[in-house]
Amino acid sequence: MKCRVCRGPAIIDIRRHNANFCTEHFLRLCRDQVAKAIKEHSMLAEGERVLVAVSGGKDSLALWDLLLELGYQADGLYLGLGIGEYSDESGDYARAFAESRGATLLEIDLREDYGYDIPTGARAARRAPCSACGLSKRHLFDEAALDGGYDAVATGHNLDDEAAVLFGNVLHWHTEYLARQLPVLDARPGFPRKIKPLVRLGEREMAAYCLVRGIPYQVEECPMAAGNRHIAYKEALNEIESRSPGAKHDFYHGFLSRASETFRQGIDEEQGALGTCGRCGSPTPAELCAFCRLVEQAGGSQPVELSARRRATGSSDPAPAGGS
Amino acid sequence: MKVLLRNPTREVQVPGPVSVNTLLARLELNRESFLVIRGDELIAGDGMLDDDDEIEIRPVISGGSGTPGDAWAQDALPSRDATR
Ligand code: SF4
Ligand SMILES: [Zn+2]
Ligand SMILES: [Zn+2]
Repeated sequence: MKCRVCRGPAIIDIRRHNANFCTEHFLRLCRDQVAKAIKEHSMLAEGERVLVAVSGGKDSLALWDLLLELGYQADGLYLGLGIGEYSDESGDYARAFAESRGATLLEIDLREDYGYDIPTGARAARRAPCSACGLSKRHLFDEAALDGGYDAVATGHNLDDEAAVLFGNVLHWHTEYLARQLPVLDARPGFPRKIKPLVRLGEREMAAYCLVRGIPYQVEECPMAAGNRHIAYKEALNEIESRSPGAKHDFYHGFLSRASETFRQGIDEEQGALGTCGRCGSPTPAELCAFCRLVEQAGGSQPVELSARRRATGSSDPAPAGGS
Repeated sequence: MKVLLRNPTREVQVPGPVSVNTLLARLELNRESFLVIRGDELIAGDGMLDDDDEIEIRPVISGGSGTPGDAWAQDALPSRDATR
């Protein structure tokens, strides 16, 4: 196989583009696709500061690298979830990357700072682990971005993630989620802007990107993810993709350009109902926001099946719950 | 050749020479969901693998939040927040 651009030996074939690429032109393709997504959806303006939600996996590390390569002022935030060895290793990958690039990595550790970890905290609060995890991430990334004066939070959701989420939302007609499934959510009082600059790149490309750039990342799956629906949707979509290359791109980007608007009608009125959380001040219709309620229920739950946790920086004093 | 698979990590023997696409087809793996790596080198679909190669087949699919909708799309949906 030969590179589409230079006819040199190719390292990757991307059937969606009906083309093969050498190392140099594959990296250029990735940068161009991120630049294009940022421009197309007005994600970032020149000179804006962005906080990257870093998990230690391929997508978030590739995203961080690409934003730095494109010249953006990008810091990372790693959230220690306390999911045993998986979290220990993930944190090490995030720290190693930050060090190799001389980039700034902020860290929050759920156990040290809020008194719970995902497996035990979810059980104490009677939530599914991924639900407690998603809620914690959302709240803490928002809070850190607002406190740190960042213009936006960037997450590593790629084309496969977005197509799979869209697939699930359509399958069950979650119209309220369809209304909000956008590559950019603008800032609103209490919420920073959220951007997904990888929506034009597939999951396979992100793994290849890390490999080619020599970025070690967490290859193992989160133990809480085993067999979840999201993965089943991705496998189903890849079956379709292998028979009809470009299907995932058309499905998701066609939704954005032709259908998404329809679901947004009537959404704005709902927001008037939000007050502020009595503890942390974030927007919520209740007295306490969902995160502060989670901390209240889960905080202090004793870790049972977890090994000792390592942490690069920080004191062991737990911060006041939800404090900001 | 020795082939390393992940999630769970295991090893299988496959006779070579064989192309990357043929190897994936033989193992009934979708080429959209895996990368084939020799050493630290990525091998494209028509690349040939020798009988004495050591190969890693790396899955590229990772799990998301596992919740309906998208974690990032859920904030400030009053109906959700209030019911939990
Ligand atoms: S799989 Fe679930 S628990 Fe694991 S990181 Fe993702 S959302 Fe969190
Ligand atoms: Zn080339
Ligand atoms: Zn709160």
